[in-house]
Amino acid sequence: MGTNIRLVENPSRPLSVHPHKFALWLFIVSIVMIFASLTSAFIVKQGDGSWLDYNLPSMFWYTTAAIILSSALLQWGYFAARANQLKRLTVLVAITTLLGMVFLVGQWLAWGQLVDMEVYFVGNPAGSFVYVLSGLHAFHLLSGIIFLIVVFVSSLKHKIHSGNLVRMEMCVTYWHFLGALWVYLFVFLIFYH
Amino acid sequence: MDQHIAETTGYHDEQWHAHGHHKESFVTKYIFSQDHKVIAKQFLITGIFWAIVGGILSSIFRLQLGFPDMSLEWLRPILGGWITDTGKLDPEFYLALVTMHGTIMVFFVLTAGLSGTFANFLIPLQIGARDMASGFLNMLSYWFFFASSVVMLCSFFLKTGPASGGWVVYPPLSALPQAIQGSQGGMTLWLIAMALFIISSLLGGINYITTIINLRTRGMTFTRLPLTIWALFLTAVIGVLSFPVLFSAALLLIFDRSFGTSFYLSDIYIGGEALTNQGGSAILFQHLFWFLGHPEVYIVMLPGLGITSEIIATNSRKPIFGYRAMIGSLLGIAILSFVVWAHHMFVTGMNPFLGSIFMILTLIIAVPSAVKVFNYLATLWKGNIRFTPGMLFSIGLVSFFISGGLTGIFLGNAAIDIPLHDTYFVVAHFHLVMAAASFFGMLAGVYHWFPKMFGRMMDAKLGYIHFWLTFIGVYLVFFPMHYIGIAGFPRRYYSWTNFDVFNSFTDLNTFVSVAALAVMAAQFIFLFNFFYSIFRGRIAPANPWRSNTLEWTTPLHPGHGNWPGAIPTVYRWPYDYSKPGAEEDFIPQYVPFSETMESNLPHENDLIALEKEEESIVIDESKSH
Repeated sequence: MGTNIRLVENPSRPLSVHPHKFALWLFIVSIVMIFASLTSAFIVKQGDGSWLDYNLPSMFWYTTAAIILSSALLQWGYFAARANQLKRLTVLVAITTLLGMVFLVGQWLAWGQLVDMEVYFVGNPAGSFVYVLSGLHAFHLLSGIIFLIVVFVSSLKHKIHSGNLVRMEMCVTYWHFLGALWVYLFVFLIFYH
Repeated sequence: MDQHIAETTGYHDEQWHAHGHHKESFVTKYIFSQDHKVIAKQFLITGIFWAIVGGILSSIFRLQLGFPDMSLEWLRPILGGWITDTGKLDPEFYLALVTMHGTIMVFFVLTAGLSGTFANFLIPLQIGARDMASGFLNMLSYWFFFASSVVMLCSFFLKTGPASGGWVVYPPLSALPQAIQGSQGGMTLWLIAMALFIISSLLGGINYITTIINLRTRGMTFTRLPLTIWALFLTAVIGVLSFPVLFSAALLLIFDRSFGTSFYLSDIYIGGEALTNQGGSAILFQHLFWFLGHPEVYIVMLPGLGITSEIIATNSRKPIFGYRAMIGSLLGIAILSFVVWAHHMFVTGMNPFLGSIFMILTLIIAVPSAVKVFNYLATLWKGNIRFTPGMLFSIGLVSFFISGGLTGIFLGNAAIDIPLHDTYFVVAHFHLVMAAASFFGMLAGVYHWFPKMFGRMMDAKLGYIHFWLTFIGVYLVFFPMHYIGIAGFPRRYYSWTNFDVFNSFTDLNTFVSVAALAVMAAQFIFLFNFFYSIFRGRIAPANPWRSNTLEWTTPLHPGHGNWPGAIPTVYRWPYDYSKPGAEEDFIPQYVPFSETMESNLPHENDLIALEKEEESIVIDESKSH
């Protein structure tokens, strides 16, 4: 190396997104495609006629509130991590995880409410779709909870702090996405059921 | 974690040396390997296995079609109960054969075998990266594909046979186990295998896109990417957008089959008895399926087009004609692929106005396709052509792309499609433009990059024999099918000899079958050449085709990490062949303009100053993460 050296802190990279974060966004795109196709199938099927009329379970309102609250808390946790308040971070991630589980239990109760209204999984597709949409979302949410638990464990080991935020950021992105996905599905069902 | 990231981003040379000292056991090196080159070979070998299986299946049903009176008793040791007491092929097994031939060839050979091999192999090598963005996910991608292969293979050994509702698995045929034997256990295994396959494709696709966007070496801008990378990039994008939709379609089908829902079923009577399923729609499945299914044919086709671009430019010793037009047409094809799916459904009672829209959109695809064809021809025009086996297969691809593409213009018109729908005309069309063309792209790629994969050369003479037999054979198989189709032969039929109207075509069918068997036999020349050359082939020179791209700057047997020293920096596009004034007829991408004063164009001289400035930057890796 000659004398003409310039040290730069951030090399000019083609794209400044971390590769793992970018991969997560692509994963989110593929999930979006699954739900986009299912909700458009819902609309197409509805246009065919022979559609069942039913009310959505009231439990969906509570679960929606739970998932929005959990997103807000996790965001707070992210701010805590950025400010190196590690204890607060651990507590907030734990509460978020619990709220995620509460959400899943709530969805299960909502299915019970549907059964009480005589809307079954096996029967008119109008009802089956509600089970498929909420069930598939719950399945993805389960992966989000596993991610949260991973983050919780690494926060216990003080591995998440302002200098090492990649995993936390990915978790926050994924969790916000899952929350937003549910809000989309819920609003969609309110308008189209 | 940090070390891993630093290594995969490919900026840090120290990390690579550290990595080289890892001890690798046989298992981590060849089986559960995270090295993209090994994973590529795993995809290739598995793809070759499936191609043989798919080819044998087609040989069996061509025997039935070409020689309807022949006794197939000699196949009993293999097929057992699928040969009837009279020595004939079981009609339901015939349907299973065509179904599995389609499934295996489209998904297992031309998607996993083609994209899986060349995306894994070429992306890191040609963009200058140590490995994929995530070697672990890449490894998972292969093993999900392997698991999918095992499940699909198992379905052959069921008593009720593999899935037999066609590779498109339309319900209600595929949804009702009573409908056909193949819709019992075979269909269940088909759905499980495809679910695993979709996971594999998504893991692979996400990795390919991330790698291309994030891990290009210094100077490798998007307008300096080889066209192979552009094609593989867009293939992965199409896959990430369309495979989830197939997953949705398959998921609802699974619920219909195994849980009794009615997404696709309504008003069905079996033996006079009405089924309880009400309110579903079989057409819904077709919409969901073809929203994947049509992009899927471009997932199959684009890698072949990319490989061909690279090989034709290299072996014509000319810059690719219309580099940006090539990228534009790839983009155009990729975008249009998502808005034409209903041209597979003109006979579903679609609103004619909607049909016209899909017809126009379909015909527009002819424009980017023609751009590509003319660019290939213009690249070849007055080139200093070297007919390597890879080059011959690339030219063969262009030929099939033209002759099969022309009939696509017919079939894209609803008015012509309706009488030709599900006839052998369609079979001829898609086998030429998609199947044979992509297959030739794959073979071209294998011949061209074999020296990089295995460090040895394949035998060129055997390659020429393989090419000519296959090229002529494919035309002899599929060209007559156009006439059979225009005469109205429906596809997927077990036998036509019962219909007087089709008797006059028996000879032609026999001819097609003989040609098909000859093509199949010719592939064994390739197989011998391939496996023999892996062990006994002539040792390859470092850059056997005198090519510009980065993969030829690696050692003959690149280790995990690809370049022993620093990754080369890229200064120019990959198509500087026969540049006026240059000493050699090629200037590799890593040669800066400051070293080629004699051949620089005026605007390239201006870039020299920028090069100097770039080189003075030293990247401090420790602070970048």
